[in-house]
Amino acid sequence: MREIKANANKNKSNKDNRVSIGKALVYGDFLTILSFVIMGASNLLRGQILKGLLFLLAELTYIFYMVNMGIASFAGLRTLGTKEQGMVMDEELGIFVVQQGDNSMLILLAGVIAIAVTALFLVIWKANINAAFTAQRLKMQGKKLPTFAMDVATYFDSKLYRTLMTPSLIGIMLFTILPLFFMILIAFTNFDNAHQPPGNLFTWVGLDNFRTMLFSGERIAKTFWPVLWWTLIWAVLATSLNYIGGILLALLINRQGTRFKGLWRTIFVISIAIPQFVSLLVIRTMLNDSGAINMLLRELGFIGKQDFLPFLSNPTWARVTVVIVNLWVGVPYTMLVATGILQNIPKDLYEAAKVDGANPFVIFAKITMPYVIFVTTPYLITQFIGNINNFNVIYFLTGGGPASLDYYQAGKTDLLVTWLYKLTTGTMKDYSYASVIGILVFVISAVFSLITYRRTTAYKSEEEFQ
Amino acid sequence: MIKNEASMTEKRKTSNFLSHTLLIVLSVIWLFPVFWVVLTSFRGEKGSYAPYFWPKTFTFDNYIKLFTETEQFYFAKWFSNTLVVAIFSCLLSTIFVLGISYSLSRMRFRMRKPFLNVALILGMFPGFMSMIAIYYILKGLNITQSLLSLVLVYSGGAGLGFYIAKGFFDTIPKSIDEAAWIDGATKWKVFTKITVPLSKPIIIYTVLTSFIAPWTDYIFVSVIMGDSYDKYTVALGLYKMLEREFITNWYTRFAAGAVIVSIPIAILFVIMQRYYAEGVSGAVKG
Repeated sequence: MREIKANANKNKSNKDNRVSIGKALVYGDFLTILSFVIMGASNLLRGQILKGLLFLLAELTYIFYMVNMGIASFAGLRTLGTKEQGMVMDEELGIFVVQQGDNSMLILLAGVIAIAVTALFLVIWKANINAAFTAQRLKMQGKKLPTFAMDVATYFDSKLYRTLMTPSLIGIMLFTILPLFFMILIAFTNFDNAHQPPGNLFTWVGLDNFRTMLFSGERIAKTFWPVLWWTLIWAVLATSLNYIGGILLALLINRQGTRFKGLWRTIFVISIAIPQFVSLLVIRTMLNDSGAINMLLRELGFIGKQDFLPFLSNPTWARVTVVIVNLWVGVPYTMLVATGILQNIPKDLYEAAKVDGANPFVIFAKITMPYVIFVTTPYLITQFIGNINNFNVIYFLTGGGPASLDYYQAGKTDLLVTWLYKLTTGTMKDYSYASVIGILVFVISAVFSLITYRRTTAYKSEEEFQ
Repeated sequence: MIKNEASMTEKRKTSNFLSHTLLIVLSVIWLFPVFWVVLTSFRGEKGSYAPYFWPKTFTFDNYIKLFTETEQFYFAKWFSNTLVVAIFSCLLSTIFVLGISYSLSRMRFRMRKPFLNVALILGMFPGFMSMIAIYYILKGLNITQSLLSLVLVYSGGAGLGFYIAKGFFDTIPKSIDEAAWIDGATKWKVFTKITVPLSKPIIIYTVLTSFIAPWTDYIFVSVIMGDSYDKYTVALGLYKMLEREFITNWYTRFAAGAVIVSIPIAILFVIMQRYYAEGVSGAVKG
């Protein structure tokens, strides 16, 4: 026990170069402490002039931003605007005048940006303390402080990861994290079709939207549950059928007696090489009530001259159709993946089984399938999540339709994500409910993948592999 | 014994015959929509739905009209828009993806594990949930309805798609890097002079995937571009042609446009597949 502790201590001392704020407070000299307030002071007065100036500049910029905009932005977050657009009585003039009104959307956005800027500032501030304390320590040890050029050089050597990652981190911050954070906040407001800025204000409502969506008897809740069930049924069907179909196809192509293996593979790859919106839109028009398939069936005499099969216009037909068309889209993918795996199954396994007198069926059930399932578990999970989020197949084929009067802004084949899309881009702009759906989809995906994904060896042995 | 063998070959022959027949049937099913859209693109009669399957007349007009008739739709413009967006966003995306995946694969730093976890979590939100927020951010930057905004949207979050490239870098033996460090090379030198040249398959794969993305995306472009027709990309434009007021006139031209877009994308996709296979099957054994 003690040994372990001693070891832990040793490890700690190895990481001693790391500066914590507490340590800097306790052991820091006057200049280091001064850097807590005046950023860059320690570096500046110890000779790292450029570095110190950069820190100081960052602080001044932040103060300038806060005074001019930031504080107001933070304050705006509390109410998201109070002045409604419209006519108000001007006491001095004694007449009604048009009041411009607050734009809750912009207020919320400014608030989010203020939070982001502050978070960024705190990171820089922490870096400033690190630099201040490091400079102090180097001075005490009698070492020369690195020049600015030397500092820059480390960004192409030991700190190369910072240089390489910064550009994309900025992109991720601006186009993924910031918008996502913003949308998550919207789930807790009443930003729906009745509260659209600039005409109207919206404000915080806590968990009301979640309550309405999940537990109320309102139409939107009566839409949510059926759509959720259909999404899950769809995801299970689409994933499992594609998986089985893809593996069977791969086996068919790769079986010993099959000739022209490359040709067959190419044929199936062609169908997925075509952009999905093209193939799906084409299939949609083919399956239309007066589309090519129905015409062909009429010409071949399978159905009467005036009849048609309601592939996409009858709710039940449409649900079956999207699952089947999804096979057309998805089977070649699984086939490609499975082909690679089948070719990697160790040959000696088969030979050993043959020596033991196993028939082809036993070999398939006891060797091929367990191996394939073992290797493709992560693939299955990503496919399942992908199908929950499968926008393309549903939106391009049926557009979520056929529409249903029982549903709020959704049709019988709508998945949660296509419903989300309709709620944000359709005539009714219910951003708050759309955000709630987004968060719930996240929760579903997270639950499914965390349970399974974290158990896979690929995740656990990420380090060992190298 | 001999009889038994004869029946074995007989059996094999039947099963070979059956499986080839099955493959032919499946191929016909899989190629049928492809065949049909090509057929429609050469159909002489206008209109969305013909009451018969086989076209009565064939013409090349649909292709010509697609480019020459520009009062309503500007297909040539859309095509060049998409090309421009694709080129720039694939350049940016590739830089982003390579930077992130190389750092995560080769360097160890405090924020590494947290970053991996955050990326995992971010990946579980529906990708377009935040599109409205993105739209307003772009509006704040005053660049909505511009090609620049599309480039930024497609490449902005690209760094999160690092998994495959990281997996590739993981397969390059660390000993190669270490040997170079001992010789006094900086990490930057190792990255640019050793890793990048060794990573051709995965670089090509990354370039191609991000080049293809703008050609196939519908969601973001539909939100960002709204009604400014001349800034559309092909996906949104072709989708528009099928709307009720246009479909009668434009259906056969839609088919022609679909063929024109599909051919280059399909070729690139097939190439990409090859490099993907090369990339995941391991890089350099050493």
